[in-house]
Amino acid sequence: MGIHVIKMPDIGEGIAEVELAAWHVKVGDVVSEDQILADVMTDKATVEIPSPVVGKVLALGGVVGEVMAVGGELIRIEVEGAGNVKEGAAPAKPAAAAANTAGTAVGPDMATASGQSAPADIPKTMGVEPAQAETKKAPTSPAAAAAAKPAAKSTSGAVRNTSAARPEGERALASPAVRQRAWDLGIDIQFVHGTGPAGRVTYDDIDAFLAGKNAPPTGTDTRYATRADEEQVPVIGLRRKIAQKMQEAKRRIPHFTYVEEIDVTELESLRAQLNSQWGKERGKLTVLPLLVRAVVVALRDFPQINARYDDEAGVVTRYGAVHVGIATQTGSGLMVPVVRNAESRDPWGNAAEIARLADAARTGKAGRDELSGSTITITSLGALGGIVSTPVINHPEVGIVGVNRMVERPAVRDGAIVIRKMMNLSSSFDHRVVDGADAAEFIQSIRALLEHPALLFVE
Amino acid sequence: MSSIQANAAPDHTRLLIIGGGPGGYVAAIRAAQLGVQTTLIEGASLGGTCLNIGCIPSKALIHAAEEFEKSRHYAGTSPLGIKVESPSIDILKTVQWKDGIVGRLTGGVGALLKKHGVTVVRGWASIVDGKTVAVDVEGGPPLRITCEHLLLAIGSQATALPSLPFGGKVISATEALSPTELPERMVVVGGGYIGLELGTAYRKLGVDVTVVEAQDRVLPAYDAELTKPVDTALRKLGVKLMLSHSVQGLSAGGNAVRVRDADGAESEIAADRILVAVGRRPRTEGWKLDTIPVDMVGRAVKIDDQCRTSMSNVWAIGDITGEPMLAHRAMAQGEMVAELIAGKTRHFVPAAIPAVCFTDPEVVVVGKTPPEARQAGLDCVTALFPFAANGRAMTIESTDGFVRVVARRDNHLIVGWQAVGKGVSELSTAFSQSLEMGARLEDIAGTIHAHPTLGEAVQEAALRALGHALHI
Repeated sequence: MGIHVIKMPDIGEGIAEVELAAWHVKVGDVVSEDQILADVMTDKATVEIPSPVVGKVLALGGVVGEVMAVGGELIRIEVEGAGNVKEGAAPAKPAAAAANTAGTAVGPDMATASGQSAPADIPKTMGVEPAQAETKKAPTSPAAAAAAKPAAKSTSGAVRNTSAARPEGERALASPAVRQRAWDLGIDIQFVHGTGPAGRVTYDDIDAFLAGKNAPPTGTDTRYATRADEEQVPVIGLRRKIAQKMQEAKRRIPHFTYVEEIDVTELESLRAQLNSQWGKERGKLTVLPLLVRAVVVALRDFPQINARYDDEAGVVTRYGAVHVGIATQTGSGLMVPVVRNAESRDPWGNAAEIARLADAARTGKAGRDELSGSTITITSLGALGGIVSTPVINHPEVGIVGVNRMVERPAVRDGAIVIRKMMNLSSSFDHRVVDGADAAEFIQSIRALLEHPALLFVE
Repeated sequence: MSSIQANAAPDHTRLLIIGGGPGGYVAAIRAAQLGVQTTLIEGASLGGTCLNIGCIPSKALIHAAEEFEKSRHYAGTSPLGIKVESPSIDILKTVQWKDGIVGRLTGGVGALLKKHGVTVVRGWASIVDGKTVAVDVEGGPPLRITCEHLLLAIGSQATALPSLPFGGKVISATEALSPTELPERMVVVGGGYIGLELGTAYRKLGVDVTVVEAQDRVLPAYDAELTKPVDTALRKLGVKLMLSHSVQGLSAGGNAVRVRDADGAESEIAADRILVAVGRRPRTEGWKLDTIPVDMVGRAVKIDDQCRTSMSNVWAIGDITGEPMLAHRAMAQGEMVAELIAGKTRHFVPAAIPAVCFTDPEVVVVGKTPPEARQAGLDCVTALFPFAANGRAMTIESTDGFVRVVARRDNHLIVGWQAVGKGVSELSTAFSQSLEMGARLEDIAGTIHAHPTLGEAVQEAALRALGHALHI
């Protein structure tokens, strides 16, 4: 038997450290070749690490949420044959693991316990309830969740009734009548907590077990029940990235938000026309690619808004290319895939690119270069867009254009009240480098383009 | 039973049971109670080994022998003041009486089966496949019965010794239970419970009995403390014990058994009858068990905790499934299988299966003995209460023996009971109940036991284990 050590691989994006997002195995598991061991995450992409060998997991090199250096020891597997390290060699510690920006505890030891929680110093409760409040700790890793599962499964959810006192393999003590009742009810008596002498399961214990199992549907009115449950959700992975990013943006950037209403009646009729004309061969257009085009055109006169501000160095870099970040809601949280060189495509080209990137982001297949490098961002919640929003700038960019809901509203045109399709744009800017007047003119420029959409195509 | 016609047997039945012993007939009755159409095949008399050639007839013979011995005991100078003039026994009449009891019981089984609507087919079964059985009916055309569920309750048979094949003077317990005359000298090969029960009975009937046992003590399956009173009583009764002796075969003349002691020295024991009682083995031959691919454990059919064999819907209960070969185990298994087939959820997980030796004194073992508890890694306390300190025992002239309890040290949960003494077989009821109910020492100690009874020793053993016995 030898030991095979798998090191944190270089995921090929020129990065020095990655975050452990999830373990798919725990100590003692037997793994097969190509079985997924762990998920690790770079800035925005998640990568699965498969096992190159067959063997038994001896130790995990980190806990979920830990930031590990590339080349650091990820996992130790006991294998047939020699393995790739000398027996007894001390586990190598990820050298640069201390570069952990989130401040979670970097375990100095190998995490040999499968249920070890990631941020070790997570507070027990947030203290909103008196001490007796029952704290349910969310499983912090799939391994911990998996470890917790067998018990929960076999008790059909009545976890509180499982007897911790009965050692594994020890027969439940119960009289024949109790045993038979349990069988008749389909209860595995092994999981019923015995309250009798010497842990004997009594007739009443079976009742209590049943009550525990059936409480929610048949119990008392739960609509006004006082709740004292808490759930602690560790902020790790993508959520932590989002949190850092948002905190950074709001801490560094003095935002100002400018809201303008746009009459999109013409734009919508053009869009309908284009879709009926070209929809079949070019795909349907939404408002977004048209807005992208408007932004691209408007930015020609406002280069200070298509920029990234390195406030440490005191340099604003203005870009000729327009790399438009599209804020996208995914299952795991907010991601911002980037439509690179949006200026080089027509609306259909950008529409296709937006669709491709959104799909990639939602399915976790977006690469690092598709998730970074934007120069301006558009955020749209579609039907959820509301009237006004105050978008947070995607640092280190200096502007973000927010799209609100489109509605039909009465408007005054030529002294008459008419029904128009109206939509607000709520946009935020970095006031350090973008003046209010410039920002207003930029938005007015976009407005002019959207209200007279022929200008988007005819130059 | 002549009222049960073989030709009334259906071609197809829901449950088909092979064997009408305690396992088979109990399964049949319970299944019929639960509305399961049941057919039972029995080639010999209903009741199996237990009723016909085992438990019941042996206890009848033991009782008769005891009564005779008692009267001979009084024929001397009895401290009780009873005087009896030269008693004698008519063994043919004794056997007749015993056969009467057996007849009543087997007839009773037949009546119970009939009452519950079980079809009984008289004949010898052989398996065709997992759902089909051929029956060789005595005096009738062969039958072929198909079934949904097949229950093997075929039982066991006496193990023969290659050096002493059955026949002539060499007999099994079956023949020993129906003697036509009493031999002068009998050699019993095997110092287990069957050999000792019958050897003791024969000795009490006046026969010169020698027990040959390969191991160094009688009842080697039980611990030495428990069997010591039996050893003492046997010697006192005049039974010759040849321990650490192995049987070599018959002498040249056929009138003696050749034995060899531990040092290799051979000798001969003259005998008119030689009872071979070296154990029983599952009856796996003669009914084409090998036509179905059920897994075996040694000679026994392998079963799980629901008496399922490795073949779907083929069940097995009782002696065919190996040790412990006890009627009450087979009955409990049979009842369970019937309930399982009727759709209930059941498992065969008794806290203990009591074992009783009807020697004199009797031996009862329920649950774990002290060595077994140690082996199981349990930290246990053990306490023993002797019948010498029990009033009732004195009044029935039987102060040999004791009750012993084994309980966990940490929570006083009782894990085993053993007793040796006159009439202690009836204490097995209390022992089994306390184990099944999960009693602690305090439960038994806190229960009022009637005075004066042997049962007080049970309470006193529990008290002694708790450190405060009252009468010792």
